[in-house]
Amino acid sequence: MTEKPNLDYIKEISGGNEEFEKKFLTIIQTEFPKEKNEYVENLEQDNFEESAKIVHKIKHKLGILGLNSGYKLAVKYEEDLKYGDTKLKDEFYEILKSIEEFILKIA
Amino acid sequence: MDDEASARAIVEELCKTIPDMELVAEFPNALEALKFIKHTQVDLIFLDIHMPKLSGIDFIETVSNPPKIVLTTSDKDFAIEAYQYEFIVDYLVKPISSERFQKCASKLENTFGEISQEQTEINTVQNEDEDLYINIDRRLIKLKFKDILLIEAKGDYIEIQTQIKRYRVHSTLKKIKEKLPECRFLQIHRSFIINFTQIIDIQDNSVLIERSVIPISRSNRPELMQRLNLL
Repeated sequence: MTEKPNLDYIKEISGGNEEFEKKFLTIIQTEFPKEKNEYVENLEQDNFEESAKIVHKIKHKLGILGLNSGYKLAVKYEEDLKYGDTKLKDEFYEILKSIEEFILKIA
Repeated sequence: MDDEASARAIVEELCKTIPDMELVAEFPNALEALKFIKHTQVDLIFLDIHMPKLSGIDFIETVSNPPKIVLTTSDKDFAIEAYQYEFIVDYLVKPISSERFQKCASKLENTFGEISQEQTEINTVQNEDEDLYINIDRRLIKLKFKDILLIEAKGDYIEIQTQIKRYRVHSTLKKIKEKLPECRFLQIHRSFIINFTQIIDIQDNSVLIERSVIPISRSNRPELMQRLNLL
């Protein structure tokens, strides 16, 4: 996994507005861990439909953080989950971990 | 409207780049938004499709008279379905790039430009239906603007010529001019205001309306010519 999260997209949107960047990162720092936990809990209970819905939400954040390959994987994984197929779960989990680390680093 | 706070923050920030746009509210779910638009008129909603409980599509189906909507979603598959609704202006796939948002802003400018033009046309039509009440011997008589041919100043009075009658009213051209719609009336001489839609012909420095020949002053002629649909 060579792809690393970055803030390029957020900087593009902010146009140099540091106040927005700060506010946005605070939102991600709050929102992402909740979504990750929800995803893990639902997957553990084999609640695939709900897991797919959370992957859908997380997918947006992968795009925001510049994880283009991760985004593509999430698109596929979301579809697979709707059919109960979890073969991409480990790869997806690696992506989640990289975001978690990134969030901790920028905190 | 989006259940993700991060998505709402991005749209909010992008909206700041559109000069005439004012963000009035944001909602994490469709139910709160439904309550809000019941008592507040909005022109546009940025709406997420995938939301818990009530989805964006459910919201669209629930609102009786929806405003213009831009869909924001991480799902490309809804595009065709979305455009079956005439009030959907655009479909933005998240994460929304600045460049794509600017394209959306141009679409919105065109859409709202057309709406504003339609509104002006409606107002013009309404003006044509409007009327003016004049006081004649303590009676208020209603005159429809479209029936007035011309108004002539006569000392302390004005005479209003309609297709069937001439009325003498104690007033001035200046006063009545303020009450007349500009889309129909024009002062062409210090003593005459005409309904220029009733002109039969223009010759030299005069116009013919019904059987009346009205002088055009040199200073008023350019504006009259401007108002006419000349070939």
